[in-house]
Amino acid sequence: MRPVVDRTSDIRRPDILLFCTLRNERIRLPWFLDFYRKIGVNHFFFVDNDSGDGGREYLAEQPDVSLWTTKASYARSRFGVDWLNLLLRRHAHGHWALTVDVDEFLVYPFSDTRPLRALTDWLDTCAIRSLGAMMVDMYPKGRIADARYSEGQNPLEIASWFDGGNYQISRNPDLRNLWIQGGPRARMFFAADPWKAPALNKVPLVKWHRNYAYVSSTHMLLPRGLNQVYDGGGGEKASGCLLHAKFIDTFGEKTAEEASRQQHYGREYAAYDTEPVLWTRWSEQYVNWRQLEMLGLMSKGNWA
Amino acid sequence: MTVGFIMLCHTAFDRAAQVARYWAEAGSPVVIHVDASVKAQPFQRLESQLEDLANVRFSDRFACEWGSWGLVAATQGAATLMLRDFAQVDHIFLASGSCLPLRPVADLEAYLDARPGTDFIESVTTEDVGWTVGGLDRERFTLRFPFSWRSQRALFDGYVRLQRRVGFSRRIPAGIEPHLGSQWWCLTRDTLAAILNSPDRQAHDAYFRRVWIPDESYFQSLVRRYSGKIESRSLTLSKFDFQGKPHIFYDDHLGLLRRSDCFVARKIWPHAGQLYKTFLAPDGKRVMAEPNPGRIDKLFSKAVDRRVNGRPGLYMQSRFPDREFENGRTAAPYSTFQGFAEVFPEFQTWLGRMTGALVHGHLFAPDRVHFAGGDAVFHGGLSDSARLRDYNPRSFLTSLLWNARGERQCFQTGPADNQALNEFMAGDVNAQISVVSGAFALPLFRSGLPFAEVRKEVARLQKIEAAHLALLRASWVKARVRIWPLAEFLENPMDPLQTIVEEIAPRLRPRLTEVPRMADFSGFGRFLQDLRNQGMQPTLMGDYPASDDFNPGRDRPFLVS
Repeated sequence: MRPVVDRTSDIRRPDILLFCTLRNERIRLPWFLDFYRKIGVNHFFFVDNDSGDGGREYLAEQPDVSLWTTKASYARSRFGVDWLNLLLRRHAHGHWALTVDVDEFLVYPFSDTRPLRALTDWLDTCAIRSLGAMMVDMYPKGRIADARYSEGQNPLEIASWFDGGNYQISRNPDLRNLWIQGGPRARMFFAADPWKAPALNKVPLVKWHRNYAYVSSTHMLLPRGLNQVYDGGGGEKASGCLLHAKFIDTFGEKTAEEASRQQHYGREYAAYDTEPVLWTRWSEQYVNWRQLEMLGLMSKGNWA
Repeated sequence: MTVGFIMLCHTAFDRAAQVARYWAEAGSPVVIHVDASVKAQPFQRLESQLEDLANVRFSDRFACEWGSWGLVAATQGAATLMLRDFAQVDHIFLASGSCLPLRPVADLEAYLDARPGTDFIESVTTEDVGWTVGGLDRERFTLRFPFSWRSQRALFDGYVRLQRRVGFSRRIPAGIEPHLGSQWWCLTRDTLAAILNSPDRQAHDAYFRRVWIPDESYFQSLVRRYSGKIESRSLTLSKFDFQGKPHIFYDDHLGLLRRSDCFVARKIWPHAGQLYKTFLAPDGKRVMAEPNPGRIDKLFSKAVDRRVNGRPGLYMQSRFPDREFENGRTAAPYSTFQGFAEVFPEFQTWLGRMTGALVHGHLFAPDRVHFAGGDAVFHGGLSDSARLRDYNPRSFLTSLLWNARGERQCFQTGPADNQALNEFMAGDVNAQISVVSGAFALPLFRSGLPFAEVRKEVARLQKIEAAHLALLRASWVKARVRIWPLAEFLENPMDPLQTIVEEIAPRLRPRLTEVPRMADFSGFGRFLQDLRNQGMQPTLMGDYPASDDFNPGRDRPFLVS
């Protein structure tokens, strides 16, 4: 991993940092940066995994981006976690750090009226170090292949549907996190062997300390206490959702590429057929965070 | 009438400066206390920001750690300065740097004018407060607290326990009746002066210095001794959550704050630019309204309720209750029926028609989930895949009931189905479980399979159903359970059906006149006897007559009288 452009000296003490690893996602970058700038991310850290689509050059020009690049294997770096852990340890100590993929969009309580800093300030006040935000897979109404995305567009305009209540939850006693599966991927691709369905639980927002580390993607962390983003006593802790705008038109191409590389959780990609329609008559169309709250996918907790 | 403001500040000084300027320019003297732990630079910046205002003073600085005596010392110092330098002040309002005035000073002065000589301070006896952090109320005044509650919790708790065990108790000075209340008050000049100039001041201070969280009790107790007229409430709108942290106001609270008609609110998020801009606008509208924080109270108490109790029946990423801590295992009442569809082939549609409920088939059938109408997908995107369901049956059922809340759900059960949730449902107050035991044998009897196979299957299912019934009769069961052996049920099916239908649709109060069409039972008695003859004992059907005739001598046995 070598630095392409390092602007970390611009970072001030209260800044909120975002960490992301990507490969050939050029077309998604403008909206992604725009979205997170708007909610108040101050500085972006990208690890580019040998992109050949101009994404690296595009990112290098952004004034609030620090960028690293590597040709190493994504799979052997435990899906990018090793790279990000290294950057987090070096640069995020004492900051709120948001770790997301380029197709994940964070929604949190009051995200339409309050910036991310309102949330992190409140979490600080309550001495809460981490916020859970489960992945919600978004999909279009028709065939995925027909959901054409153009640069700069809000991907949720195309992939605006989701499953409102078909998630399976169990507790992982080792790391104390909840293991959440389900949604359209389990329903469509993993009905025969549900235990293989991808994990949806994530802890993307953490007041970072140099001793922390993500274990498996952003599904869980060490120390274990950071995974305790749920209440076992009946109450609701505050939580958000990561709207996962994966199922849009680059999908077919991407799947073929990734599957051939056998890199990205290989089995999952092999399970997707080429022209799926994930939409059903029970699909919910995304409106705002309050809708997600009402459906019980996220919670305000005691933030009012 | 002039009100003077004391401001205790430790952060967000630009906002504090804005508020101080607003009050000072309206003619109210302001005394600012800045926490001693604040560095020189921000302090000097604040001073220079307010330098042009003749009626702003800075008082001696004390370290104000949470719950420490420093907060009281700071208040005393600022109050002394206020009384000394501003003779015109006849009410003193204690505020913090994160307070925001919601109404013009003139409004407040008019309000105080109309209630002469009144001290506005929340002051409640220790017996009557229900909100204390750490569960300490009276003991705040009788124990010693050398350790920090925030940073040395174990020592703090241990030392409290030790003192309780040895029966230690501090003597409360004569004349002091311990009272607690919000730190934010508005006192008359006379009362405040009496407290500060009391001949017993030294004794008071020496005592309260070692009381836990004295900023919530020093003035609150002493007003009881020196005030002529106490209105026990705070003029500052300030709400605390279940951990004792103040709720914070943001720009999206603007409408609520405006309609509250409160004089001052805290805490305001320093970046809530819209709130500061709106409420510090120079031409504030005058209203003669009583403060009415009701809607805000409701908002915050709902938030605390959500955090503490949550939404019953919801299992999600930030609410995953342990067993017995569910506060409601499921989201809504539901009914399960075992054996009914065997006795009445059209039971599903009939029940739906009678009650308006959504009646599913066997949700836990081995082949697939039999949703009402045979749908492949249900509410929330639930799939009819048996594998997905069996991967996590509890998630399946709780999701189904949560997703469809608002519409009564009913479904069929049976000994051939997945039994994984029998215990979960038996312990669920929302479950209404009705069983006609032994009815599972009827379809087998009609199946036309070789008798040896049927006999084996009846024995297997009977074993499963018997275990289920034993579970349903356990003492810990919380579900509403009704069990009828087949024979007993057939003798008089009308009453049980009436009970069930009324229970599902109490407002509809459907009156049954006839039972739904029954399956053909002819030969079933003989079949049971054959089982016995083959050495198998069918026990769950009750005393089923070999003749299949329950009411000899009557033609139309099931008509309602």
